[in-house]
Amino acid sequence: MSVGLNTYLVLAAALFAMGLYGAVSKKGAVQVLMSLELMAVAVSLNLIAFSRYVTPIEMTGQFFTVFVMVVSAAEIGLGLALVLAIFKSARSSEVDSLNELKG
Amino acid sequence: MADVYGLAAFAVLAVATLAGALGMLVARNVVHAAYSLLAVSVTSAGLFALLEARYIALVQLLVYAGAVAILNIFTIMITLRRREDAVRSRDFSLPGALLALTFFAVVVVAVLDGGIATRTDVLAFPGVIEFGERLFALDGWALPFEISSLILTAALVAAVWWTREGGER
Repeated sequence: MSVGLNTYLVLAAALFAMGLYGAVSKKGAVQVLMSLELMAVAVSLNLIAFSRYVTPIEMTGQFFTVFVMVVSAAEIGLGLALVLAIFKSARSSEVDSLNELKG
Repeated sequence: MADVYGLAAFAVLAVATLAGALGMLVARNVVHAAYSLLAVSVTSAGLFALLEARYIALVQLLVYAGAVAILNIFTIMITLRRREDAVRSRDFSLPGALLALTFFAVVVVAVLDGGIATRTDVLAFPGVIEFGERLFALDGWALPFEISSLILTAALVAAVWWTREGGER
């Protein structure tokens, strides 16, 4: 058995599925953000595996990973700031407590 | 022999990454979940290094294992009022599990069915120097890279704006 592109793709799919499950099932806002982060890591792993096995000289996947990292770092920074802002006004960081817009 | 070492390294890193992700999902203590995510960041940096992406592996360690993990832990500590708040019920969601399993099955079928043409003729992979030259080449990735730095600046200014003291609501 040798490690190839498919091995990495399946591993990244497993990581992404776990992150997806966490993002829809967790109740704490910080945990939802951590699950999103797991999904971003899975996407980066996918892109780097493609870069290594399909475009090793051009390194296209690695440059895409740089942009994925920038966007997900911005997302985590904004998300955690939003959690803190919500915590200050609602005294809670549970996703279920954010129901003020309910009719 | 090098193949055996590569396979062993991949096996260890892959199992550790999956175990960390699983640990993050089943941890009842939020702080333990944050540390599991830190472990996932470190082991996935190892996987990136195995895939000849040395610069990305280092950035992964700096950004995710360094900065983001600390941000996570700080936010958890600030939003917990008592120590007991860290321990939570394990939120199981059947629709979520079905969604994730369906996604995983579809991707696995697509991957095994795909037959993506891979290159096996490359023996010397470009290193950090070539990566930097391509990243900052004017006809390459320089413009998107500068735009992404603008996005990051705007996001961080917004983060400070949201969390500042005494803001009007």
